Amino acid sequence: MRLSRGAKAVLGAITALVLLFIYTPLLLVVVNSFNADRTFGWPPKGFTLEWWGKAFDSPGVREAVISSLWVAVVSTIISLLLGTLLALSLQRYAFFGRDVINLLVILPIALPGVVTGIALNNMFTTILGVPLSLWTVVIAHATFCMVTVFNNVIARLRRMSGGLEEASADLGAGVFTTFNLVTFPQLRSALLAGGLLAFALSFDEIIVTTFTIGAGETTLPIWILQNLFRPNQAPVVNVVAVVLIVVSIVPIWLAQRLSGDSVRVSQARVKAPVR
Amino acid sequence: MTAVPRAKANAFSALLHRSPRLRLAALLTAPAGWLVLVYIAALAALLVTAFWTVDTYTGQVSTVWTTENIVTVLTDPVYQRITLRTLWIAVAVTVIDMILALPIAFFIAKVASARWEKLLVVAVLMPLWASYLVKAYAWRNVLAEGGLLEWLGAPIGLSSPGYGETAVILTLSYIWLPYMILPIYAGFDRVPDSLLEASGDLGAKPLTTMRLVMLPLLVPSIIAGTIFTFSLSLGDYITAQIVGGTTQMLGTVVYANVGAANNLPFAAAVSLVPIAIIMFYLFIVRRTGALNNL
Repeated sequence: MRLSRGAKAVLGAITALVLLFIYTPLLLVVVNSFNADRTFGWPPKGFTLEWWGKAFDSPGVREAVISSLWVAVVSTIISLLLGTLLALSLQRYAFFGRDVINLLVILPIALPGVVTGIALNNMFTTILGVPLSLWTVVIAHATFCMVTVFNNVIARLRRMSGGLEEASADLGAGVFTTFNLVTFPQLRSALLAGGLLAFALSFDEIIVTTFTIGAGETTLPIWILQNLFRPNQAPVVNVVAVVLIVVSIVPIWLAQRLSGDSVRVSQARVKAPVR
Repeated sequence: MTAVPRAKANAFSALLHRSPRLRLAALLTAPAGWLVLVYIAALAALLVTAFWTVDTYTGQVSTVWTTENIVTVLTDPVYQRITLRTLWIAVAVTVIDMILALPIAFFIAKVASARWEKLLVVAVLMPLWASYLVKAYAWRNVLAEGGLLEWLGAPIGLSSPGYGETAVILTLSYIWLPYMILPIYAGFDRVPDSLLEASGDLGAKPLTTMRLVMLPLLVPSIIAGTIFTFSLSLGDYITAQIVGGTTQMLGTVVYANVGAANNLPFAAAVSLVPIAIIMFYLFIVRRTGALNNL
């Protein structure tokens, strides 16, 4: 099949347009965080740093940042542990029910966030009678963040040969020594990449969070949602949105450089689902 | 070494070394337990709760069995309309994303040079990770009165559709577009160039090659993409809240009944609708091999 120059040019133009379509709204948020006009009229009327200053001075925003960071760090630690254990058992052992567990892992990212959210909300409030708090958010986030760690670690394990571990055992190293000195160093960058993705995923998750967060608590995305419809807060919301973009994109960019494994779409879900 | 005396640690290590089953149990218990106890239990509980009621006096969930919630969701015209609207939005979003994704995925995989290919894949991938909330919010900016879209549209006589159903479709298409591009790109990438050359050498025009050679090979990838766009749109409510004006989707009803209306059993019953639709869709497409492309 040979495409004419014209056909190639048309395809290239469509690609450029679609990329423009993808990036313009995000850039608009960045530009509007410096827009002197409160109602974001276009084109911008002037440049101001006032909103950035206000955002830094706002105690609500500061508290929300701290909650978001805390939730993201704790759920990343839990998902690193669980995701690694799961990847090791599914990759190294064949056992009854392995396929079921394989399917189970992707379920939290395959179902819409609303379903995960209401299922956990119902579990905590109706069935267990646990009051919602930041801890319930952590449990919810760890459940789907586990998947990104799992995907990264299992991809790495598939490329590692078991020979080194056997050699280590033959030379008399115990199970733990082998893990510490042979397996873990090979997994390190995959763990870092998986951890960064999990952190980014948790930091800006909104849907599941709205269903599992306690009444008085706010994470950064919850703060945005609460202030979105208040006209006098709108400029500050823009600044917070820019912060969210940067905090989620930088770890992803780092993770991409670190892992070398191509990031699959299913890892991204929940961003959705933000998952 | 840890606090455990060395001899004991060594004995434990030796025991683990001798027994692969024990090793597996040690690895698997925590994560599998978490998934089953937290997630599967929660989904099962959701199904059960849909058959309970709320005590009108105390506002507490009471475990009296009834099919009333399910019946209401399925027969009340209000909820039928909302279900149909949600389905329509999900289908529209899926079709729009498919039309946008096909040419760009083809260009990246088969036309662009190796260097550009890498760059373009990253360019598509990056916004995938930007917050879903921020993307919906960005469109609130774009669609705002006197905003970018009005300014762009003014010279050609177009105005912003304002906040409503069209805005929801537009925004959701935007948010899920990368989820459609990437599987289709991977699908194009797997089609060997030699196959396309052979088709061309045998006299097929590019369009014929696309229709007869590429499209059949691409079906699983396209369906993989539709699973994301379709199921993620079905469950949405944040976008509807931000740019939808008064547009109600199934997710809106679920959220309203968890929060303001405080009727968890009814919310559970409503949430079974998207679950059922997605399961049905997955059941139809499972034969195509799309599930391995996720």
